[in-house]
Amino acid sequence: MAGNTAIEDNPVERANRADVRARWLLSTPALIVLFCAASGPLLIMLIYSFLEPGDYGGIEWAFSTDGWVNVVLQRDIFEGTLSLADAHVSILWRSVRLSLLTTLTAFALGFPTAYFIATRPRESRSIWLFLVTIPFWINLLIRTFAIMELIRNKGVINIILMSLGIIDEPIQMLFTDFAIMVGMTYVYLPLMVLPIYASMEKFDFRLVEAGYDLYASRFKVLKRIILPLTKPGIVAGSILVFIPSLGAYVTPRILGGGKNMMLGNLIGLQFGQGRNWPLGAALALTLLMIVMVALLLYVRGVGKTENNRGH
Amino acid sequence: MATKITSVLRRPLRRPFSVKAQTGFTEIAALCFLVLYAPLIPLVIYSFNAGTSLAIWEGLSLRWYASAWENELVQEATIRSVVLAVSASLIATVLATMAALGTTRTGNYRGLTAIYAMINQPLMVPEIVTAVALLILFASIKAATNYHGMAYLIIAHTAFCIPFAYLPIRARLEGMDLTLETAAADLYATPWQAFRRVTLPLLWPGILAGMMLAFVISLDDVVITELVKSAGQDTLPTYMLGQLRRVITPEVNAISTVLLAVSVVMVTIFFFLNREKR
Repeated sequence: MAGNTAIEDNPVERANRADVRARWLLSTPALIVLFCAASGPLLIMLIYSFLEPGDYGGIEWAFSTDGWVNVVLQRDIFEGTLSLADAHVSILWRSVRLSLLTTLTAFALGFPTAYFIATRPRESRSIWLFLVTIPFWINLLIRTFAIMELIRNKGVINIILMSLGIIDEPIQMLFTDFAIMVGMTYVYLPLMVLPIYASMEKFDFRLVEAGYDLYASRFKVLKRIILPLTKPGIVAGSILVFIPSLGAYVTPRILGGGKNMMLGNLIGLQFGQGRNWPLGAALALTLLMIVMVALLLYVRGVGKTENNRGH
Repeated sequence: MATKITSVLRRPLRRPFSVKAQTGFTEIAALCFLVLYAPLIPLVIYSFNAGTSLAIWEGLSLRWYASAWENELVQEATIRSVVLAVSASLIATVLATMAALGTTRTGNYRGLTAIYAMINQPLMVPEIVTAVALLILFASIKAATNYHGMAYLIIAHTAFCIPFAYLPIRARLEGMDLTLETAAADLYATPWQAFRRVTLPLLWPGILAGMMLAFVISLDDVVITELVKSAGQDTLPTYMLGQLRRVITPEVNAISTVLLAVSVVMVTIFFFLNREKR
């Protein structure tokens, strides 16, 4: 970069600059659309989060921090004192808890599956992988709907259990936290398998062999060799499951009912019946910040493991 | 060459003595595949139920497919979904192809990281966040212009389709080196001729794959559509979401089964398109 001005008139340099300009021009139309319908609206939302709510939705153009304060606090109507908003805190907690549980369950199912696929003969691997991918491309709404039909009081599971005489009354599974977790695990499971498989595909099984030669048990080989070496894939898979779970809207809306809301539903509510757009905007930005922190931690973590390997 | 070497290196692994086995993993994998597919079976089966219930089987019939086919709301929603998905995926694919040409096969230049970040933004920001942000923006535009048409949905869908179209196109481009284009230029082809006659035909499978992904993504979208649409602008998924609040009949299953079949067919074609290049 130093001495840039000295070679400014160099024809190669000039051609380079023309090339960069052409490349920018090629990307411009896509960037304009993305700015109008993805990044720009986020900036407007940031402004809205500092305004006052209008009576029938929308906003009043007056500065207020109430939107942000109300994310976790509530003002007592009579005394004006602030206290923790239990409803919001419990929804936040439910979102984080269910997302973590979903990630864990998806890992417990997904890791062995990825391992299974990675140990198949090379030719059949893509077929197995394809079988994991298909459900992912089926509409999320339909998959959630399938889970709903399965666990309803008159659903397949309850009917089978009752006809076998195991239970007399149907088990209430729908509209519970359990239902949301099952639904999210089902819906996001492929996102766990694929990155773990990607990191296992490059895995050198001679290391496992070396482990056995040194009298390691199967479990020890798994714990000391396979798990550490596939860690980047595991972390990537967990992030890919955790983030959409945290922001889930459709699955908790259908399987959790009105009572068991998650953060996404709380945000949606503020723009519907809640009629508190600034609060909704602040909640949405809170969710965005949590996601960004998770992504940053991931990027840092991956950078670190790659550096370690370099040394 | 490289693949040959690795296959030679891996040859000793193919022994009858299994180094790769882990206790219980095959069983869990079997369970996982069961979990992925089993819930869809009752959904499909009950779409053929002759009765109105989702619990009692009353015999085989296509009546719910007929009823969905004749339902005007379903017809409108289907047309809207297809129009939306076709226009969004077409525009997104064109824009994504241009952006991919601008961002691959080059050294790092000023702003490249920013372009990547913008293109990938829809993949990182939770859908509900984008959805409410768009709701805010479009609500004020709707109030100001009194225009309530499809353009809002098309631009919103185009935006989140761009990264899905971009990724396969970029992957394809990165596998193509610049020698052929350079050769074309040496033979006095204009940049446009070189693109039209050399780059585009080679890039075509990537473009097709990107367009199909974008189409499926747009067709499946619920959250953004639900919050951005004006009154009476239901797409098939938002129509179904609305139906779930009422008493559900197997009609929803019938629509689901059709959509499911469309997705599976598209993904299968995508799979074979991608496979060919290897």
